[in-house]
Amino acid sequence: MSEPTVRTAERLEALTAETSEGPQELQRREATPASELGREVGSVVRIGDAPFNPDDVDYERADDETMIINMGPSHPSTHGVLRIMLELDGEIVLRAKPVIGYLHTGMEKTGEMLSYVQGATNVTRMDYLSPVINELSYSMAVEALLGIEVPERAVWIRMMMSELNRISSHLVWMATNGMDLGSTSMMIYGFRERELILAFFEKTAGLRLNLNYVRPGGVAADLPDGWEDDVEVICDTIYERTFEYDELLTGQPIFRQRMVGVAPISAEEALALGVTGPLLRSTGVPWDLRRTMPYLAYDQVDFDVIVGTYGDNFDRYAIRLNEIRESVRIIRQCLERMPAGDYRSQDPKVTPPPRARIGESMEALIHHFKLFTEGFHVPAGEVYSAVESPRGEHGCYIVSDGGPKPYRMHVRAPSFVNLQAIPLLMRGASMADAITVISTVDPIMGEVDR
Amino acid sequence: MELPADAPAVITADALRADLGCFPTREQYHDLVAAFKADGFEVCADLCAVDYLEHAERAVPEGVTPTRFEVVVNLLSMSRRERVRIRVQAGDVEPEVDSLFDLYPGSEAMEREAFDLLGVIFRGHPDLTRILMPEDWEGHPLRKDYGTGRVPVQFKEAPGPR
Amino acid sequence: MALEDLQHNFLTGRLEDLVRWARRASVWPATFGLACCAIEMMASGAADFDLARFGMEVFRNSPRQADLMIVAGRVSQKMAPVLRQVYDQMMEPKWVLSMGVCASTGGLFNNYAIVQGVDQIVPVDVYAPGCPPSPETLMHAILTLHEQIRTGEIMKRRATGNPVHLDHAESPWTPEVPVAVRLGTPK
Repeated sequence: MSEPTVRTAERLEALTAETSEGPQELQRREATPASELGREVGSVVRIGDAPFNPDDVDYERADDETMIINMGPSHPSTHGVLRIMLELDGEIVLRAKPVIGYLHTGMEKTGEMLSYVQGATNVTRMDYLSPVINELSYSMAVEALLGIEVPERAVWIRMMMSELNRISSHLVWMATNGMDLGSTSMMIYGFRERELILAFFEKTAGLRLNLNYVRPGGVAADLPDGWEDDVEVICDTIYERTFEYDELLTGQPIFRQRMVGVAPISAEEALALGVTGPLLRSTGVPWDLRRTMPYLAYDQVDFDVIVGTYGDNFDRYAIRLNEIRESVRIIRQCLERMPAGDYRSQDPKVTPPPRARIGESMEALIHHFKLFTEGFHVPAGEVYSAVESPRGEHGCYIVSDGGPKPYRMHVRAPSFVNLQAIPLLMRGASMADAITVISTVDPIMGEVDR
Repeated sequence: MELPADAPAVITADALRADLGCFPTREQYHDLVAAFKADGFEVCADLCAVDYLEHAERAVPEGVTPTRFEVVVNLLSMSRRERVRIRVQAGDVEPEVDSLFDLYPGSEAMEREAFDLLGVIFRGHPDLTRILMPEDWEGHPLRKDYGTGRVPVQFKEAPGPR
Repeated sequence: MALEDLQHNFLTGRLEDLVRWARRASVWPATFGLACCAIEMMASGAADFDLARFGMEVFRNSPRQADLMIVAGRVSQKMAPVLRQVYDQMMEPKWVLSMGVCASTGGLFNNYAIVQGVDQIVPVDVYAPGCPPSPETLMHAILTLHEQIRTGEIMKRRATGNPVHLDHAESPWTPEVPVAVRLGTPK
C-alpha cells in the first residue's frame, strides 16, 4: 500500500516558485502533436475519418509572433479557479487550453469513505450553485440500487426544490454574466432575487447552500408551515423581475454587441463534444432530460423546453432567462398539486424510527443508532442515474459491493464536459469575447474538479 | 434494444440490458463503440474507471475474465432515448485500452481524468497528462491501494500534531 | 502661537490611532474566491448584505491593491502554491481571513487533495466557521478583524511576524507544518 504524497510538508519552502504545471499547460506549437493541436484550435468534427491536418489551420504568423498568455487561476472573470492558457495573435485567440484541477477536492475518494446516509453531505458540495440537483442524482442512484419507492409527496417536494434551485442557479449566472460584461446592476439584481430563494431554503433545510436536503429515501424534512405563501411570493416576484432583466439587457445595444453572433457552436460539434444543457439546447437540439427521459414527476407537469437557433452567446443567455420562467411555471404547478402524505419512505431500512418511539422502544433506539453509525447495506450492483442540472446532464455512477459504503462513486459533472467546448468557442474570437465565452459556458469549478 | 448488426460478438447474451452493460474484450472495445456510434449513439455521456482490487471475484457474465481495472463507458442515443453501458476489463497491472477520442472528441477530458486518478492508459489519446492533480504528484489517488491521506484530528489536548 | 489664535476647531490624537482608524475603515479585499464560500462572499457584497457599510465593497482583482485576502473555500494541493504567490504579491500591511471550515481545517474533506488548513501556507488572522458561513458570519469575522486592526500593532510585518525594523529579510515566515501532514491513515 503506497502512502499518499501530501505535498504540503515537503514543498512549502519552494512554494512561491512552483506554480508551473508542466505539460498540462499550453505548449509551443512545435511541441504539440497534431491531434492535440486540433483539439486546442477547436477542430472537433472532421469529414469522414480524415485525421486532423495542422496545415488546415490558418496560422499566418510564425510562432514567435504570437503570444501565449495565462489567465487565472485567480482571475475575476473565470468564475472560480479556472485557468485558461491562450495563444493570441494580437487580440485574436488562436488556441486555448483550460488547465483545471485547482479545486480538486477528492470527493470521489471521500465518497467511498462515507456511508450512503452521509453521502449526500459530500455530493452536495460539488456543484455549489445547485446542491439539490447533486443530492437528487445521488439519491436516485442509491434508491435504484435499493429498489425502494419514494412517496408521492417527496417526489413533488424534490421537484419543487430542484426548480427553485434551478432558478437560483440561473440568477447567479445572470448576475455574474452581467458583471463580466460590465453591467454591474445586473449583478446586484441577480443576487437580490436569489436571496428570496435562499431564505426559503434556510427555512426548509436549515442552510442557505449545501442543503443536504434530498436524501436516499425522500427528503430530510417536511416543508415548513406556510410554505405556500413563501413560494407564491417567490414565483410572483421573480416572474415579474425577469421582465425587468429583459428590459435591462435583452435589447441593450452594448449587451447585444457582445452576445449576438459571438462564439457560435453547431449541433454536430456540440454532440461530438458531449456537451449538454443550455449549451446544447442553444444549437437547436431539444434535449432536456426532464422531458426526454423524465424522472420524478416531470412527465406530469406542463412546461416548455427552450431551444435556440444559432448556438451563440445570446441564445445561451435567452435560454437561461426563459428557463427561469419555465421553472416558475413548474413551481406553480407543484404548489397547486402538492400531494399530502409522507415526505420520506417509511421503509425502515432507510428511515429511522420516529423520535417518539425511540424513547419507549429499545429496538427502535438500536435501529436508530445502527442507521446512523453503520448505515444501511445496499445490494451489490451498479447504477447510473442522470438528472438535468442547470448546466446539463448530471449523472451519478455508483458501484455497490453490498456494504454500507459505495465501492466507487463517480459523478458525471456537466461543467467538466462542457468545458471542452471552450477551445472551439474561443477560436477566432477576440480576447474580450473570451470572457463572455467562459461566462456563457457557465462552468462551476467545484463540479469540474470535484 | 438490438445489438448493431456489424458489432463484434459480444460475450453475453443479455449484454444489452442497460443496467448490466456489454463486456467486450480490450480488442473488441473500440470496434464495438464505433458500431454503437454508427447505430445512433451520438453522445459519450460518461467514461470512468473502477479499481476492483478488493473484488477480484466479482459477478461478471460467463466468459468474461474479471481484471482489477475496468473502464465503464455510458453512451447515450438522443434519437432513440436509450443508454448503453460498456464495461471493458482493462487489465491488472498496467491497465490499457484504446482511446475513444477519434470517435467521441468529448471523451478526451474524461479519459485524462481516468488516467490521472486511476492510472489507466488510453492508447491514441492526444494529450495524456494529469488533469486534476499537480503535475509532480506521485501515484493515482483513486486506486484502492492508495491511502486516503487522512490527517488524524485531535479534539483534546493530546500530545503530538493537531 | 497660542491656541486661542486658531481659526478652526481641532482634535488631538496619536498618529498611531489615526493610522489604525484609516486602515480599519478601508480594508480592500482581494478576490480569492475558490468554492462555495465565494458565492456567499459575493452575496455579502451584493444588495442585501452590503459590505459597503464597512468600506469594503471594493473587491480588488489585483493583489497589489488589496489589503485583505479572504480565502473563500477549500484550498487544494494544486492551488496552494498559487495562493502563496498571490499572498506574497500583496503589499504590507496585509491580513488573511480564512472563510469556512474547508479553508480553516480542511473540513469535510480530510483527504489527499485538500490542504488541511490554509494556516499551513499563510498566516491567518481570523477564521470564520461554517460550511459555508452565512454572510452574517463573514461580517462578524470582518468586524473581528477590524477590531484587531484598531487595537493592533501598526509596524508589524504580517508576512514575517516581526516588526519592520527587525531583520525581517533574513527570517521569512515559515509555516509550522504538523508532522501529521505526512501521515496517511492506513485503511
